[in-house]
Parts: sequence; structure tokens; C-alpha cells
Amino acid sequence: MIYDLIIVGAGPAGITATVYAARKRLNFLVITLDIGGQAAWSGDVENYTGYQFITGPDLTSKFEEHMRTYKVTVKENEEVEEIKRTGTTIRVKTHKGEYESKTLIIASGKMSKELNVPGEKEFKHKGVTYCATCDGPLFSGKDVAVIGGSNSALDAALQMIRIASHVYVINPGSALGGDVIMREKVEKNRLVTVLNGSKITAIVGEKMVTGIKIMRDNKEETIPVEGLFVEVGLIPNSKFAVDLDKNKYGEIKINMQNETNVPGIFAAGDVTDVPQKQIIIAAGEGSKAALSAFKYLNQLK
Amino acid sequence: MAKKITVYSTPTCPFCIRAKQYLKENNIQFENIDVSQDQVKAQEMIKKSGQMGVPVIEVDGAIIVGFDKEKIKEVIGIK
Repeated sequence: MIYDLIIVGAGPAGITATVYAARKRLNFLVITLDIGGQAAWSGDVENYTGYQFITGPDLTSKFEEHMRTYKVTVKENEEVEEIKRTGTTIRVKTHKGEYESKTLIIASGKMSKELNVPGEKEFKHKGVTYCATCDGPLFSGKDVAVIGGSNSALDAALQMIRIASHVYVINPGSALGGDVIMREKVEKNRLVTVLNGSKITAIVGEKMVTGIKIMRDNKEETIPVEGLFVEVGLIPNSKFAVDLDKNKYGEIKINMQNETNVPGIFAAGDVTDVPQKQIIIAAGEGSKAALSAFKYLNQLK
Repeated sequence: MAKKITVYSTPTCPFCIRAKQYLKENNIQFENIDVSQDQVKAQEMIKKSGQMGVPVIEVDGAIIVGFDKEKIKEVIGIK
């Protein structure tokens, strides 16, 4: 079967595209790793119109509930590996199967950037974590390190001050970035040691993490910590989109109609070069992409 | 007989909330343990699962790490 549309991703952009596609009665399919994407990871959301206050998980449930009111086929836990346009058909290959469609909306979002140092994979969730909000409380009374120097790193450090016995901030830059208010709070706290200009080179341990190795002033040091919070930014999930034009961050380039450089392939949300990364913007972009795909399909007939 | 289900979680972890929502939606009874308030239980969870991420779901002794919907479905037997 050749679908009218395949939507990759089910975060705010993908789910909104789904709602619009369902209402246009398109024959379509959703392929996604998870439901909610980064929105499901968000703590408190106070800027989504209509909700003065809602948590990320609750908003995600609302999104999913809205999507499920229509008869939608969602392939969850499925990762797209390859997309290819041949003639007027777009082939989507995942680790589980292959699908064909006339149009495609890529709304695969972003994920946490990894450090790519020895020990990272081995000790993932064994001391190495990418979500201080989630796993922070497990490091009560322990020494921990936060890797990074931007707002998300400062946020993780401030959360951990209340839980851990000591927090090292391993910042590759020469000074901390982020908001002044947060920076001052971190720098003034006696439970925090900020190590600027330091680069993590390895994570060591046995069953669990026991320390990290860093390079500072051309010298290697070992810092004993039991927890490690990686906050070095996000990367777009666009690796599979090899034929699409991207900017230097790997974000898929789109125009005002959410069109990419390949006809029939649209993109929406955080995976694109739209600079504002907001839940409400991703949702709006998702609806735009679905309407553009619908228009494109009509022109094919 | 109903299976004994325990969810080790923290109140702020989005995937813990999603996991608990999912169980509730499927009318599955479970005991929630807030490991941010109970260090003894936190250590028990780390020992049982061999790792330090939440949520951890225990179903009659079987351990599921993370909000792995497919595995939860399989182990609990949700259709």
C-alpha cells in the first residue's frame, strides 16, 4: 500500500500534524520512537495558551488523547533509518520494516547530545544520566558532576545542590554561560566547585561510576564522583534524512510552507531550522506541514 | 491472581508520571515508591535493577527499567 502521508515523530509537531491529517481524512501512518518527545521530559509548562499551568507529562497525555480520538495507526518504538524519494514515491525504511508514501512529514525532534568519551555507554544509568529532574534524587548525599556550562547545566547544578553533598560543574568554556541570576546562584554556593576550561576525557568505575577524568590547563585530574549529569545541549534527529538540506547544526532547512528541498517531503518542529524551540511553535509548525502536505497531494491528482 | 506490581519513581520524573498514567489507564493496581523520600528503598531499587535511573517497575520479581511500554505490556499481559 502507498500511503498519502507518513509522519515521523509524535511530539507536539508530529501529533498536531496527525490531528490535521486525520481531519483531512488522509490515509496516513505515524512512525515514532516515543510519544511526546521532549515535551514529555519537560517539567512545568506555563506558556502553552489555554493552560496557565500544566506539566510536560500532562500536556503530552492531552496531546495523545486528542490524537487517539481519531482512528490513527501509530507505530511506536520504531526508528526510521532511511528515507528515499524515487519517482513520486517516498520510501521509509525503519529497523522493523519498509513503507511507501506520497508525502512525508519529518517531526523527529531533538535528543540530548552525548559526550562521546570512554565509559559513557558502559555507565549509562549507572551514574551517567541525562535527566537531573528524573534521576537526581538517587544521588542524595553523594558527590556529583554536571557537564556543561549553559542554562540547562546551571539548572541541573541548582537542582543537585539541594540533594547532593557536593556538585562539580565541568565547564568546557572559559566562563559559565546562561542567565546571570542562575549563574550567580551557582557560583556563590559553597557546595559547588566550578571548573572552567575543563574537558571530560573519561568516565571510570566498576559496577557504577566512581569518578571522572578531566583535562584542565593541560593536566589530567581525576575527580571522585558517583553521579554525572550530562547537559551539553541537544542534537536534531535528522541523520536518516541524508538527501535533505541542513544547516550547520544539522537542522533540516524548510521554507514558510514547511517544504524541504525534496518535493513531497516536509518538516516541522525542533528538527527544523526554525530558531524558536517551543512546544507551541512545534505544534503550530506541525499543523502547517500537514496543510502543506494536503495541498501538495491535491496538486498530484 | 493479580500480579504484584511496584513502581519505583520520583515525583519530578516525566517518564515515571507517564508510566503510572499508563498503568492507571489500563486499570492495573500498583504500589508507588517515591525513592526521593526513601533512601532505603532507593538503594533497594539500585540493587535490584543494577542501575540508577527511574522509573523501575517490578512485576512479580521481574524488573523493567524505564517506561518501556512494549515490555510492560508483555510482562503484565496488557492487551
